[in-house]
Amino acid sequence: MRLRSGRTETTALNHVILFLLAVFALGPVLVLFLNSVKTSEQIAQNPFSIPAEPRFDNFAVAYERGNYANTVKNSVILTAGTVVGVLIVGGMGGYALAHLEIRGANVIAFYFLVGTAIPIQLYIVPLFFLWKIFGLLNTHLGLIIIYCATSSPFATYLIRSYMVALPKEFIEAAKIDGASKFQIMTQVILPLSWPGFLTTGLIVGLGVWNEFLIAVTFMHHPDLKPVATSLRAFQERFSRDWGLTNAASVIMLLPVLILFLLMQRRFIEGLTQGGMKM
Amino acid sequence: MAFKTDSRVGVTTAYRWRQILSNYVFLAPVVALNLIVIVIPSLTSVYISLTKWSGLNEPEFIGLENFNRLINDPIYWKSLSHNVIWTIFFLTIPVFMGLMGAFLLSGIRRFQMVYRVAFFIPYVIASVVNTELWRTLLHPRHGIGAWLAKQGIEGFDIRVFGSKHTALYGVAFVDSWHFWGFLVIVYLAAMYQVQPDLYEVAILEGASRFQRFCHVTVPGIRPTLVFTLLMIMIWSVPAFDYIYLLTDGGPAHASEVLGTYLYNMSFFRFEVGYAASIGVTMALITACIVAIFVILRRRGWEI
Repeated sequence: MRLRSGRTETTALNHVILFLLAVFALGPVLVLFLNSVKTSEQIAQNPFSIPAEPRFDNFAVAYERGNYANTVKNSVILTAGTVVGVLIVGGMGGYALAHLEIRGANVIAFYFLVGTAIPIQLYIVPLFFLWKIFGLLNTHLGLIIIYCATSSPFATYLIRSYMVALPKEFIEAAKIDGASKFQIMTQVILPLSWPGFLTTGLIVGLGVWNEFLIAVTFMHHPDLKPVATSLRAFQERFSRDWGLTNAASVIMLLPVLILFLLMQRRFIEGLTQGGMKM
Repeated sequence: MAFKTDSRVGVTTAYRWRQILSNYVFLAPVVALNLIVIVIPSLTSVYISLTKWSGLNEPEFIGLENFNRLINDPIYWKSLSHNVIWTIFFLTIPVFMGLMGAFLLSGIRRFQMVYRVAFFIPYVIASVVNTELWRTLLHPRHGIGAWLAKQGIEGFDIRVFGSKHTALYGVAFVDSWHFWGFLVIVYLAAMYQVQPDLYEVAILEGASRFQRFCHVTVPGIRPTLVFTLLMIMIWSVPAFDYIYLLTDGGPAHASEVLGTYLYNMSFFRFEVGYAASIGVTMALITACIVAIFVILRRRGWEI
């Protein structure tokens, strides 16, 4: 630690322990990547070896047999649909809570806190039967609506926190110019709080891409399944072919990893600011 | 208010009311979504818990019969005890690692960003991928254990997820491997809010690093620490993904938790009424956790 008084303390021990923790965090991910270009026999021999002739074939085989062309499309539809939906709904709600006079705003704030604490198992079964009645089972729209709902309290609050920080003068000036509430939202607030929307969109999108429980419950149609649940089916089908299932997992992981490394500041900021989820 | 002197008071209050009502239009979509997807089904669940229902026939009202069955169901209590173990596991090991990681990170400048990213990566990886990764690594014949056995270190080539003694802890380990890095980032952000002067004073008084951690850092981040502990307790109630994917509650309910028990009860054994009663108890447990937190806070505990 550097001190203002000029004294310094050795940080060697910090680096040793932190390095070991980093190995603990990343080592398994690295092994997954290594194993994704090996045969089952090579993995059985030594899971940590670096293959002499990496079998990049695994990816092509996994992509084709896992029907990735289709499942990636489904996941993109679900992710994009949810992100757009949540940003509209959460943006409107966030604007109302940040800048409009709302009586009972604390009731809504309380619901958002309690609502996110409700265990999903309490409502997933009745929701299943409700979706059956509405004809929303096995449809992308049905999943998108659920994802929008479950991520909307988080999104509304995160967006609100960015909007509250905006200077009031801009809004007052727009009001004097005779702008309506809707115009203020779209033409003053929105352009100024886009970083909040970007952060929220990234986190909600990550959540949808990775989501498992809701997808496995509400989507049984094999052609409409997202990557997560069809990867699960793929793992069960090829459970003895470790190289292949590891390659299939890498395909799902890669886009997330690249996006995270490119925009890690936003991810970390949003996830630590707006609340947490396990 | 300037309007009060106006002769057309009625018109202006009506106008004001319309103004305020139009504000709610902006909140309507988010409220409607939550009502349809979360609130109404949750309330319906309470009703279903009072019925005998397979999900196919007509529900038959049976009062509190499901809860009576629940009290006498050994697997229910077993699952509940596993949720308690799960909670204690997450309240200790990942929290300790998170605090340690953050404290060490707060003491360095170089490579801090690299470590932060490294610790955070498992947190952004999907449960389906993480469970696949650890299923391979902990496989008794091609995993770490088998590799160690080949090097002469015997005893680790066990079926972690297949043995009733290790299944629950194995799954909790994998899930906390995914989670602890998140705590590092949360605690690190909180540690930067602690007054630097406090550390200076502690150092001048000759406090060791460990003493500074216990007497300056931990009290300094106490609100954040307590908040994360509360959230861990709340989120341990519906624990599902990692257990379902790695063991599905097995072998012989050795890693069963309320979440997996309810899920299999409703979607595979078609006892929807009984499953709903499990869900209601899960919600009550969550309510108790939140209530205890609120009461302690009202009593003046600084949490």
